[in-house]
Amino acid sequence: MGWRLDPLAALECVVARLCFFGDGPFFVTARHNGECTLGVVSAALAVSGLVKRYGAVEALGGVDLEVRDSELVGLLGPNGAGKSTLVKIACGLVRPTAGSAAVCGARAGSREARAVLGYLAELFRFPGWMTADELLELHQRLAGSRGGERERVELLELVGLQEARRRPVEAMSKGMQQRLGIAQALVGSPRLLVLDEPTSALDPVGRRTVRTLLEELKRRGVSVLLNSHLLSEIELVCDRVVILLDGRVVTAGTPAELARPRGVEIETDAGTRTYSEAGRDDIPRLISELVRDGRNVYGARVLSSTLEDVYVEAVGGETS
Amino acid sequence: MFVVVCLLTLAFLALYWLGARYAFHHIQGVQPPEGVDARTFAGAFLFGMAMFGTLFLGVVLAVFLTLGTVRGDAERALLQPLVVRPIGRSALLVARFLGAAAVCAPYVLILYFAAMVLTGLEGSWWPDRIVMPGLELAGGVLIVAGLSLLGSVFLSSIANGIAIFMLFGAGLVAGLLGNIGHVLNSPGLIHAAKIAAWAIPFEALYQDALRAITEKTSGLTGFLLRLGPFGGAEQGGVGLRLWAVAYLVLVGLVAVAGFARRDL
Repeated sequence: MGWRLDPLAALECVVARLCFFGDGPFFVTARHNGECTLGVVSAALAVSGLVKRYGAVEALGGVDLEVRDSELVGLLGPNGAGKSTLVKIACGLVRPTAGSAAVCGARAGSREARAVLGYLAELFRFPGWMTADELLELHQRLAGSRGGERERVELLELVGLQEARRRPVEAMSKGMQQRLGIAQALVGSPRLLVLDEPTSALDPVGRRTVRTLLEELKRRGVSVLLNSHLLSEIELVCDRVVILLDGRVVTAGTPAELARPRGVEIETDAGTRTYSEAGRDDIPRLISELVRDGRNVYGARVLSSTLEDVYVEAVGGETS
Repeated sequence: MFVVVCLLTLAFLALYWLGARYAFHHIQGVQPPEGVDARTFAGAFLFGMAMFGTLFLGVVLAVFLTLGTVRGDAERALLQPLVVRPIGRSALLVARFLGAAAVCAPYVLILYFAAMVLTGLEGSWWPDRIVMPGLELAGGVLIVAGLSLLGSVFLSSIANGIAIFMLFGAGLVAGLLGNIGHVLNSPGLIHAAKIAAWAIPFEALYQDALRAITEKTSGLTGFLLRLGPFGGAEQGGVGLRLWAVAYLVLVGLVAVAGFARRDL
């Protein structure tokens, strides 16, 4: 976990607390545009030894995970692996049995943690009679955001709903509601965005919109924990991938680290030949041998495992 | 839903007005037993019935506004987006109660005063106390709202609704048993009714309100009225009102504590 003490920010935080009545960390957050209190920069999400039991069922059996600043971490695993439980603990919806979880240095579920967090659940509903604008305004008030109409307009434009600003939620398609959900998660400029299956109801165009949005958020310094079944989405946007199985982390790393060489494929006039044991350095020798045998060689490429291959291998082919 | 509530309320008041008009018109030709004031008896009885109707309608409104506050809304995935905000679970719960109270209390008071005015205009009968009975009715409804909110932390919407209405019915039965106990001079029944009234004080507030509308009515008329079913045999007083407030706070604290520990 990286620490950096900013004395000027720390002094400002103390003065801000003294100036406002009561303990209102969300006021401080709004004033500092989402910076952590006391000017101490911590990992956006730090989970250590996290355990959660529901009676005799162990949903999480000791998970260590970190989401660093401006990092996009993808969470993978079969149904029942503990992904949603982990996400809910981070958001304060569920209390852990053991271990710890911290959001920007604050205990997960505390008011300070909730002030810097944005969350979109896998299963969510909004009051049908509310318009998109009214819903965002409600969440602005709940989050203590002073963004006003400007923030609401900007968020709706970001998710492609600017034309539906006055439309009631019940008149929106599922895809529109999902994009509205992403917009509400972004209210108050959170430091950590937790998205649980954010593209499940979206068509390919909608998914591309969300991908572009996630890349933009990364550029703006927002950390994201993305729980998704769509391996292609995870592969395209995530900096790191964590694979859970039966409540434990079985594999973690960047997509490049997780990808393993699977041999070499050479295209000849007699067809494509695959050498599963060969590596990149073997290509010149293999081509020479083929040419010596009278074959015409048209191309060669190194094969590596896809994220899907890594995932299936990690979960042992397990499915729900 | 708001339109439905308004229409049903207007229908209730219209029917009550018709009933009161008819009743007061016909008692002119009735020869009551000696010592009984027919107009007072009719007025108090009718208005007691109206108070029961008001309490019932208020309770129905309160329960429907709160029965799914926690577990029901969580199962419908309406609650989670709100709980992750900095506002906090206790603030959400209190806000939901205050919202229900802001609707139910004025509703009960409007209905109470409307029924009183209709009774007064048709029968020239006015209760001995005007404001306090209405406030006690509203207070009883708020207690039911609080219990419904508490139930919503642990029970699904349907189970909570059933439980609260059964509790309401049990409270009313306890009150009736208390009235019967006074008539039969049965200490056991009176004691049981007292325990029930303090355990679920909305019933005690209702009984106290019924008693208050005929507080100064004495003699055989007063005795017959307090026999019930729409006459209060028990007088609660200041102690009851203080207990009702403390009870509501206690229910609220238990609800907040339960909600704070609940996984969503």
